Amino acid sequence: MKAAALIQAPAIELTGVKAAYGRIEVVHGVDLSIPAGSVFALLGPNGAGKSTLLKVISARMRPTAGTVDIGGLALRRPTPAALARLGVCAIPEGRGIFPNLTVRENLMIWSFQGVASSVVEEVAYDRFPKLKERRRQMAGTLSGGEQQMLAIARALAGDPKVLLLDELSMGLAPLVVAELYDLVGQIAARGVTVVLVEQFVTTALMVATDAAIMLHGAIHATGSPAEMGQLAAAAYLSEG
Amino acid sequence: MTTFLTFTIIGIVSGSIYAITATGLVVTYTTTGVFNFAHGAVAMFAAFSYWQMTQSWMWPTWLALFLVLFVEAPLLALFVEESYMKRIYGATVVRSLMVSLGLLLILVGVAQTIWQPESRTLPEFFANSNVTIGDVTITYHQIICVIVAIVMAAGLRIYLRQFRSGIAMRAVVDDPDLLAMSGVSPRRVARSGWVLGFFLAALAGVLIGPELQLQGLDINLLTLLVVNGYAAAIVGRLKNLPFTFAGGMLLGLIEAYCIGYLPGHIPAALVSQIGLLTPVIFLFIALMLIPSARLRAVGRLAVARPPRVPTLNQSIRGGVAFVLAAWVVAMLLGGTLLANLTQGLALGIVGLSLVLLTGYAGQVSLCQLTFMGIGAFTMSKVADGGASWWGLIIGVVVCGIVGAVISLPALRLQGLYLALATLAFAQAAFYGFFSNTTFIAEGGAIPVGRLSVPGISLTGDKAYMVFCAVVLALAGIGVLAVRRSTWGRRLVALNDSPAAFATLGMSPTVSKMIVFAASASLAGIGGMLYAGQPLALSALNVQLFVGLELVLFVTIFGIRTVSGAVLGGLAMVLLPYASSQLPWWGIGLAGILAGVGIALMANVPDGILGIPWLTEHVRIPGIAGPSRRTEELADVQ
Repeated sequence: MKAAALIQAPAIELTGVKAAYGRIEVVHGVDLSIPAGSVFALLGPNGAGKSTLLKVISARMRPTAGTVDIGGLALRRPTPAALARLGVCAIPEGRGIFPNLTVRENLMIWSFQGVASSVVEEVAYDRFPKLKERRRQMAGTLSGGEQQMLAIARALAGDPKVLLLDELSMGLAPLVVAELYDLVGQIAARGVTVVLVEQFVTTALMVATDAAIMLHGAIHATGSPAEMGQLAAAAYLSEG
Repeated sequence: MTTFLTFTIIGIVSGSIYAITATGLVVTYTTTGVFNFAHGAVAMFAAFSYWQMTQSWMWPTWLALFLVLFVEAPLLALFVEESYMKRIYGATVVRSLMVSLGLLLILVGVAQTIWQPESRTLPEFFANSNVTIGDVTITYHQIICVIVAIVMAAGLRIYLRQFRSGIAMRAVVDDPDLLAMSGVSPRRVARSGWVLGFFLAALAGVLIGPELQLQGLDINLLTLLVVNGYAAAIVGRLKNLPFTFAGGMLLGLIEAYCIGYLPGHIPAALVSQIGLLTPVIFLFIALMLIPSARLRAVGRLAVARPPRVPTLNQSIRGGVAFVLAAWVVAMLLGGTLLANLTQGLALGIVGLSLVLLTGYAGQVSLCQLTFMGIGAFTMSKVADGGASWWGLIIGVVVCGIVGAVISLPALRLQGLYLALATLAFAQAAFYGFFSNTTFIAEGGAIPVGRLSVPGISLTGDKAYMVFCAVVLALAGIGVLAVRRSTWGRRLVALNDSPAAFATLGMSPTVSKMIVFAASASLAGIGGMLYAGQPLALSALNVQLFVGLELVLFVTIFGIRTVSGAVLGGLAMVLLPYASSQLPWWGIGLAGILAGVGIALMANVPDGILGIPWLTEHVRIPGIAGPSRRTEELADVQ
């Protein structure tokens, strides 16, 4: 697999994907098609299996059945490192940063994806001047919003083809969330395929071009953000 | 002035070697999250290999250096990583400590098999070449040590902070999954960490070997020299290389000045003990002085699946069956094997003290044999070299008090740091007390008798073994009763989450002190019974390596089960007995068995008794596996 394998923003195809923690299956045969260049919001209540499905897409978890096809490449037993080198950037739940490294060192790590570390730093500091001020500070001592900025800076600077975001808004003030989603919009405008996992429907649908609702480990509905917005409330309420 | 300069130079040279040792420890820890207790053993192995090549086979120095530093050390590192260490990344502190302790014992065992005791010395590099400053002569070897230490410390700091691959080596401990998502293979990075760590250990071994002209190359001495490295590494809080370097230098200088400026009338034997005591006292003080917020160890403290606890009925039936089995065995056996088994049962009681302290409460201790020695010593003093029930009671109280005092550092230390503090205590007690002729008579043996039970004579070895089995069974039933009690649940809660424990209105301080005291008392009882078999306790019985072996065996079988303690105690005596009965390959077989045991431990968090197949198919009371319900809950998490 070469880094240049994914030239265009790819489509993601999931076929019959099942995933389990030990003996307990939490994703039951998901078929999902995520169009190339779309901002796809995967919605659903707590425990629906959204984050697990994102783990499967980013190769952090091996599916017990089914296949994941990114950009037409049916990868056999991919590793997160191999996917990252192909241009798949995943920001996991919580903060996708290394707390015991400085801000600058965090950015240097991300330059492993084929972009010079000076370029990564330049792009990150240009967009987030605050990070430049704190470049010698341990990332774990930044505020929640700043930590998420640092994580997003990686997506901006690493020039990914696919961006997978898990609960970006978790534990952040609404203003910070709005700012971060504004950035996601800018990244998507470059033609990057973005998959968002969010509990907060309105936040995600602001930037989404397509959406799906997941309930009890299965896809409940897919469609436009407007349709899903209307369905979401009913789906969430019926979930219990 | 000349004396000051001489000892300053000696201190700087020793300090440089400690700094290299500690730097290797810190590099391995920061890049793999595993504190490698076997670091000194790797240094020892390298020094002996280097001796073998240069002194025995007479190979050129440059070739031996190349082979030891760039072939043997990296290959050993890769083998160890592949066989053991890759399975314990992110494991509990106890498990990762035990696997590296196991590696230490294997390396020591292999070295003892290859290099039989004899006088060995390594020549210095550029022997007989030196420079003179004033009245002080400095050898080229000493200068090389200092230069290598400075270059290593500075070079590694720059590499780990300025180079992308160096930063990745630090990032892998923070979050290996995230590192993988950044396009870097965490395994490859961890392997580099092990290779670098083993290289530094080998370098320290090759440099320190020639410094031991007086003692010669000694397996135990070289392996334990790493304690000096621990002390320096703690000054750097296991992550800061400049502070680690400074810690090494400071320790080297303190040690040299202690020896240099001691009053002249102190006997030479005591001077050498002060030299051995300085690093452990330094380590203890360093652990006490560093703010606890800065002592955050990598790794989890607790695992999710607690073993099922047998009911009172089950434990009584198990205890009775155990005593009956011991009675049958005692009737059938005699001689050395009977004596060994009796001591194994006594060690089982010391193992139970570990179940209570480490298995239930999650407090790591490497000094249980010290309490065993204190118990036997108190009994000896109270009963005047014999044994009495008053001796037992006073011994239990004394051990409890010492245990409570030792728990004071435990109030602020956890996991790895607690292990290091208890290790320092064990070493200090060994050098300062058990090997000290001021306290223990010449020859190092503490005379202890056997307790007398009205109507029953325990002078016979068979009766004494059954008596030990009864005490062990009662202790096991007692420990299980504690586990089922409210206080036992508190201990487990303390292990799971000290913070949540405190927020529920319970005092971690009091609970820790009580469990340390109770565990020390239990170990003390074990010591009294242990010494009662041969009617004496030798200082060698309580030395650090033996204590580490016991912790290791109990962990291999399952440190959270009473059966694990019993089997661990028995394995301590049966394995050496079996290997002594077999031909020369017996030692090799014992080594292989130990290696397999440690590999099992690396794979099965709860030891052999926690192997899923065993817990599902074996229903002997006391051998209790994880309850199915909690297993499912753990899966959901």
